[in-house]
Amino acid sequence: MIHEYDVVVVGGGIAGLYTALTAAEHCRVAVVSKVHVTRSHSVAAQGGIAACLGNEEEDHWEWHMYDTIKGSDYLADQDAVEILAKEAPQAIIALENMGVPFTRNMQGKIEQRRFGGHTRNYGEAPVKRACYVSDRTGRAIMDTLYDRCQTIGVDFFNEVFILKLLFSGEHCCGVAGYDIASCKPEVFHAKAVVLATGGSGKIFKTTSNGFASTADGFAIAMDSLIPIEDMEFIQFHPTGIYGLGILISEAARAEGGVLRNGSGERFMERYAPTLKDLAPRDIISRAILNEIKEGRGVESKDFVHLDLTQIGKERLMEKLPEISSFVETYLGIDPSEKLIPVAPTCHYMMGGIPTDHKGRVLSGKTETAVPGLFAVGECACVSVHGANRLGCNSLIDLVVFGSRTGISVVKHAEEKELLSLPPHAENIVINKVNSLLSSNGNERSPVLRAAMQCVMTEKCSVFRNGDELEQTLDQICQLEKRMRNIGLENKGKVFNYELQEALELENMLKTARAIVFSALQRKESRGSHYRNDFPERNDQEEPRHSLVNLTPKALKVTYKPVFITRFTPEKRRY
Amino acid sequence: MKITLKVFRFNPETDMEPHYDIFNVEANLNDRVLDCLNKIRWEQDSSLAYRMSCAHGICGSDAVSINGIPALACQKLIKDYDYTQELLIEPLKFFTIINDLIVDMEPFFKTIKSIHPNHPMQTQDKPPEKERHQSIEERGKINDAIKCILCGCCVAACPVILEQEQRFIGPAAILRSQKYIFDSRSTDVIERMKIMEKPYGIWGCKSYYMCTIVCPKKIKVTEQILKTKKKIIQELHPKSE
Repeated sequence: MIHEYDVVVVGGGIAGLYTALTAAEHCRVAVVSKVHVTRSHSVAAQGGIAACLGNEEEDHWEWHMYDTIKGSDYLADQDAVEILAKEAPQAIIALENMGVPFTRNMQGKIEQRRFGGHTRNYGEAPVKRACYVSDRTGRAIMDTLYDRCQTIGVDFFNEVFILKLLFSGEHCCGVAGYDIASCKPEVFHAKAVVLATGGSGKIFKTTSNGFASTADGFAIAMDSLIPIEDMEFIQFHPTGIYGLGILISEAARAEGGVLRNGSGERFMERYAPTLKDLAPRDIISRAILNEIKEGRGVESKDFVHLDLTQIGKERLMEKLPEISSFVETYLGIDPSEKLIPVAPTCHYMMGGIPTDHKGRVLSGKTETAVPGLFAVGECACVSVHGANRLGCNSLIDLVVFGSRTGISVVKHAEEKELLSLPPHAENIVINKVNSLLSSNGNERSPVLRAAMQCVMTEKCSVFRNGDELEQTLDQICQLEKRMRNIGLENKGKVFNYELQEALELENMLKTARAIVFSALQRKESRGSHYRNDFPERNDQEEPRHSLVNLTPKALKVTYKPVFITRFTPEKRRY
Repeated sequence: MKITLKVFRFNPETDMEPHYDIFNVEANLNDRVLDCLNKIRWEQDSSLAYRMSCAHGICGSDAVSINGIPALACQKLIKDYDYTQELLIEPLKFFTIINDLIVDMEPFFKTIKSIHPNHPMQTQDKPPEKERHQSIEERGKINDAIKCILCGCCVAACPVILEQEQRFIGPAAILRSQKYIFDSRSTDVIERMKIMEKPYGIWGCKSYYMCTIVCPKKIKVTEQILKTKKKIIQELHPKSE
C-alpha cells in the first residue's frame, strides 16, 4: 500500500516522536516503527537529561559546553555543542510543560543530580546538571510524548520494517518496507523523510541495547551511498550487570555508589583523582578492564563490583527503584546489602549519519544536504558527542535536535512539492522479501549473528589493535559472504521473525564492516577508540571526523575537519 | 539442566485450531523465560512467534501467560517456577490471538488513546519561559502511575474484562488517566474524569485486585483506581456523598 504524507519519520523513540510532534503542529506526519512505538529503546534510558538549569547550584551553558567537548576528546563539533548546551534548558522547560513528571526538589523545582563528566567551572568538581524522573527518565519522557502525539494527531504505523530509502533523482521522496504482520509492502511517499532509527548495540555480544537496536538506519543510509561518520567511536558503558549487560545507570554512582576491585579498593581514585567514579565512561570502562587484566578483578574473574551499600535502602527505593529491582530480579541481590558484579557493556554509537544543525543529512565531504532527507538521535551524527558521549547528553540531544529537525522538515514541506516515486517502489520490497522467503541455503542467521557478536566483542570493543582489526574485517566479510547462502525454514508471512532477523543481520554486518574499517584507519587513541598500537591521541594534526563510504566494490574512508570555536584541544585529565 | 516448555501454537496461515508443542531446552536457574523462548526459535523451531524488545522489563513487549498467570517473559526466571514440571506458555488471555504468542494489542492501545480529551491542535506561538512548580508531595501522587509500561498483563488478568465481554476499558487505561487526573499541573481534570465515567469506564471495576497481583512493575493498580473513583465522587457528584 502507498501512503502519502508531508513527513515520514522512521523510528518512534524520543528523537522520532519529538520531531514528529514538532512537525505535526503544521503538517501531516507519519511515524513508522518496527516495534510498537512505546517499545522503542528510549524507554530504557535511566539516569537523566542534562541542562544547566542551575536549580541546585550555580551552572552555565559554557561549563556544559566545555564538559561535553572535553568528554568528546575534542572530536565534537563545537558549534553544534554550543547549540546543545545553550538550548538545553529551554528543551527541559518544554518537556516539563508537556507534562513530563520530573522529580522535584524542596522548592518544587526540577531536581538535578550529578553525572559523569559534568563539572562546575571547567573541571573543578562535579556539578548537579542532570534532570531526571527517578531512574526511569526515558520511559517517562516517551510516555508523555506518546500521549501528546495521540492528542494532536500523529499517525503511527507500528510493526512496519523499513528496508529502503526512495529517491526521485537526488531528492529523497519516501521509504519502502513491509508490514511485519503480513509481509505486505508498505510505501510511504513524503516530501521529507526523517531517520530516527537508533543504535546498533546488538552487533556486540554484551549490550545494554534491546533486540531492536540492529543498525537499520546506518545500513539503509549506506545502501543509498550516504557516507556515515565516526563509526569507530562506540561507547561501552562501564556498569552493565555482569553477563547480562543490563544497564546500571551512572546515577547509581551519582547518588554515592563506588566501584571496587577484587581487593575492595576504590580504584577510580587512581585513574581520575578529581572526578573518581564520576569520570567519563570511556575512562572508567578502560580502568575496569585494566584492573581485570592486571588480576584485580573480583575473584580474579572478568568483573568488578559496584558498591551501593552506602546509599541506604530508603534512598535506593526513592532515587533508583528500577535498577534496584533489576538487580534483585536478575541477580537475587539486595543492592543495599550486597555488591553488584558489573562489567562494561556496549551502550551507544557516537557516530552515525552526518547531519547539520537542522537535521539535514549531509552527503559527505562537500557538506551539501541530501534534499528531503533528515536524521536525528542516536543514528545521526551532528556531532555533539565526538569520540565519547557524556551521560545525560543523549536524551538532551534527542530533544534539542528533535525540535530543530521538526522545524526544518516543516519548512522543507512548506517549500517543496511532493515528487514522484520511483516506478514499482513496492517491488523493491516484494523482491527482497520473497527472495529471502524462498531461500534454501544451509546457513542460519542465529549462527552467523553469534559469530559476528563474538568477533566484534573480542576484537573491536574497548581495546583494539591493527592486526586484530585486520582479522576482524576479514571475518566480517566472510560472514557477509556466508549470509548469501542463507536459508529460511519459516516460509510464513505472519510475524515471520526469522525473516526479520535475517534482514537485521544484513544491516548489522554491513555496519560492523564500516565500524571495523573506520577503526582500522584511525591510527590514534581518542575517546572510546583505544588502539594498543597507537596509544596516544594524535595532536600533530588537527582532529578530524572519518566518513566511511560503501562504494559498489569496497569501503572507502575520507576525512573532514572538526569544527573548533572556543576550546582548543588539551590533555584530558579528570 | 533440561527443562520442558509446553507452548501454545497457532499459525493463522495453516491451522484451523490451536495446539500445543513440547520443547526441551537446556537452561540455567537464572535464565529468563525469554531466553528459553529464544533458544527454541534460534535452535529448534524458527517459526515460533512472540514479541520482545528490551529484555529487562521496561518496554512491555513480551507479556505472555506463564502457567496461567500473565507476566513478562524477560522478567521471570526459570527458578521462579517449579521447573521439574512443564512450563506452560500461552498468549495473554482476552486478547485476540494472531500467531502463537502474539496477540492483537491494537484494541488495548485504543483504550489508552480513549482516555484523552480531544484537544484542538495547539500551535505554540511563544515557547514557555519557565517550569511549573510542583511540590514533592504533589508529584508523589502520580508515582505509581508513571511506572506503567503498557504491557497489558493487568487486562489479561481482569475478571471484569470477561464479565463485560471485553468492553470494559481496563485497569491500564484507568491508571493512565489517574496519572493526569492527579497531576497538580493538569488543566483538564474535570474532562478527564467525565471520560472515566463513560459506559464501560471506571465504574466497571469491582476491585478484584487481580491487576495489582500480576502487575510486573508492582503498581498498586486497584488502590489507584479506588482513589480515582473517590475523587470523581467528590468533585463530580458532591451531593451523593
